[in-house]
Amino acid sequence: MSPDSGTNVVWLGSPGFPEAARTALGDPQLRRNLRKATATIRDKRLAVTGELDDWEQLREAGAATKRHTLRHLDRYLLRLEDSVTKAGGVVHWAADAAGANRIVTDLVRATGEAEVVKVKSMATQEIGLNEALEQAGIRAYETDLAELIVQLGDDRPSHILVPAIHRNRAEIREIFQREMGAWGRPAPDGLTDEPRALAEAARLHLRDKFLRAKVAVSGANFAIAETGTVGVVESEGNGRMCLTLPETLITVMGIEKVLPRWQDLEVFLQLLPRSSTGERMNPYTSTWRGVTPGDGPQAFHLVLLDNGRTATLADTVGRQALACIRCSACLNVCPVYERTGGHAYGSVYPGPIGAILTPQLVGVEHAATLPFASTLCGACYDACPVKINIPEVLTHLRAEVVEAKRAKRRVPGAEALAMKAATAVLASPRRLSVAQKAAALGGRLVSRKDVIGPLPGPLHAWTDARDTPAPPTESFRAWWQRTHPTGADS
Amino acid sequence: MTARDTVLGRIRAALADVPADEAVGDAPVPRDYRRSHAEADEVGLFAERVADYRARVVQATPERARATIAGLLAGSDVRTLVVPPGFPPELVPEGPWRRLEEPLEPGDLEAADTVLTTCRAGIAVTGTIVLDAGPGQGRRALTLLPDHHLCVVRAEQIVADVPDAVALLDPGRPLTFVSGPSATSDIELDRVEGVHGPRSLDVVIVREEPHV
Repeated sequence: MSPDSGTNVVWLGSPGFPEAARTALGDPQLRRNLRKATATIRDKRLAVTGELDDWEQLREAGAATKRHTLRHLDRYLLRLEDSVTKAGGVVHWAADAAGANRIVTDLVRATGEAEVVKVKSMATQEIGLNEALEQAGIRAYETDLAELIVQLGDDRPSHILVPAIHRNRAEIREIFQREMGAWGRPAPDGLTDEPRALAEAARLHLRDKFLRAKVAVSGANFAIAETGTVGVVESEGNGRMCLTLPETLITVMGIEKVLPRWQDLEVFLQLLPRSSTGERMNPYTSTWRGVTPGDGPQAFHLVLLDNGRTATLADTVGRQALACIRCSACLNVCPVYERTGGHAYGSVYPGPIGAILTPQLVGVEHAATLPFASTLCGACYDACPVKINIPEVLTHLRAEVVEAKRAKRRVPGAEALAMKAATAVLASPRRLSVAQKAAALGGRLVSRKDVIGPLPGPLHAWTDARDTPAPPTESFRAWWQRTHPTGADS
Repeated sequence: MTARDTVLGRIRAALADVPADEAVGDAPVPRDYRRSHAEADEVGLFAERVADYRARVVQATPERARATIAGLLAGSDVRTLVVPPGFPPELVPEGPWRRLEEPLEPGDLEAADTVLTTCRAGIAVTGTIVLDAGPGQGRRALTLLPDHHLCVVRAEQIVADVPDAVALLDPGRPLTFVSGPSATSDIELDRVEGVHGPRSLDVVIVREEPHV
């Protein structure tokens, strides 16, 4: 699979993570915004997960449900297709982003409409649906407040839950004043940067779009195979507007979002809100099955999206990434994310989950720096409500990146040569002893105050970002032989 | 080959490690979590948790319910009131407001001040009201467009926690779980009540002997 078929899974032309991170780290405003936001949400999450003394049992149930569902994914998708169809919905299958975009574009065209309202959805962002619709002359209006900020600012999302987390209130006010007029109702005169005033401006701006819209596009947080019930979890009510008022509803859902039974919701409706916004329950959750006469859209389409998910499923270690319920708790606890922000990951899926999901969706060779965008501290694993072992998948993917590089190269690189040399040295006690003496001598030559700083030549890749302590003048083995002349060292 | 065949074929190929005879029941999901996190007084807990979302919560006896609703409407300066089909007539108070009934256009709903409904269930631990578009609740748009939602919850409709609610609800009906007024945390993760859904939510709990 080429990265352009995945559209926004990786943003074309984005630099690798280390380079992008360096730019982000140099932006003090961004770092202040992120520090404040992630600290706030971390405290809230800990407070509400701490209220449940069976949180670990809930996590285990969530993880087991997802694990089981993925092992029988074909069966549950067919069951879902059947239930939705019987309830008056139409199910479509899309192998990739282009296929899904074509399906949605054709469905909108068939209604004769030239605009759609959208509920925040990672899947439609991943496939670049807005751009595809625009090429077909259809305007897509984002209605989630943060997505609106990103759309108006011609920006990119930097967080799964709060895509405009990199913007503070003053920046948001500036974007609203400058851009709202071009998209519809302008920002009110004298708009302040109070969050309440900014939310009110968004309410007014979007109101007539909701009342006018004939077609809505949404994602889905889950779909129940046995009943055909689909659900969206949200806060603002923009989701309810889109799911209720238009005549046609098109829902794009990754194939991994299916859940076997209605009862499974009793676990996920506890895990998701507490992990994501740090609330006992999010303000609004809507569920529906097919179409309901006299209530809501009378045409319902469900688009089931692969776009690299089956490739992820084929990796028995990496497949656990498909258990993700997009809560974004792992972003908020990650020391790397907190400092670099989401844009550095070059994907709609940032943070720890993005570092394991993106390379698998597009192939490691197209996102080779992401598995290394982590300290492997494990905070993400502890926070994950479905117990995805992100550090395990990261190290697994690191090995794949190294393999992929080796396969591509005819001449081994500096790292490979160094590893080969290390293998030879460590295999022989005599060679190790010679090497240690040489290192002690060499270390003293290049070190300053017992620290080896940046080195020239191929070694700079390692030493530019790290200080290495100078090797001791005498190795332990040499010291032992000197002080225990009659010892049993052989 | 259709996209459906392609995707299903890829899934089956990807799951080559799963034994063909592995049955759905082979790895049951461990469900040793609690059925409920509620203490004894579920109605009191419900009231407290709804109020945590900055909704207004009032308890009333069946005899006082109508007057309590009247007081809340008068206090909110209501001029137009939407009453869904099937709402108990004995609970609709007289007042200076104009009463709106179905059929209603989105424009009518948008211009209405308040919608007065019942609900399907309340969830104590999460402070959630569940609407299922049944009698007294109306179709979903009715509780969405007016800026003020006044919901009547009978004490016996309140269940302890999420598992009890899920077991009670009909997955075939359009459901809306409402936990407080609409809100956003999109600006610096500061919670602001009131975006697109009703910006104020009043809950009247009708109970034989209210604990005030």
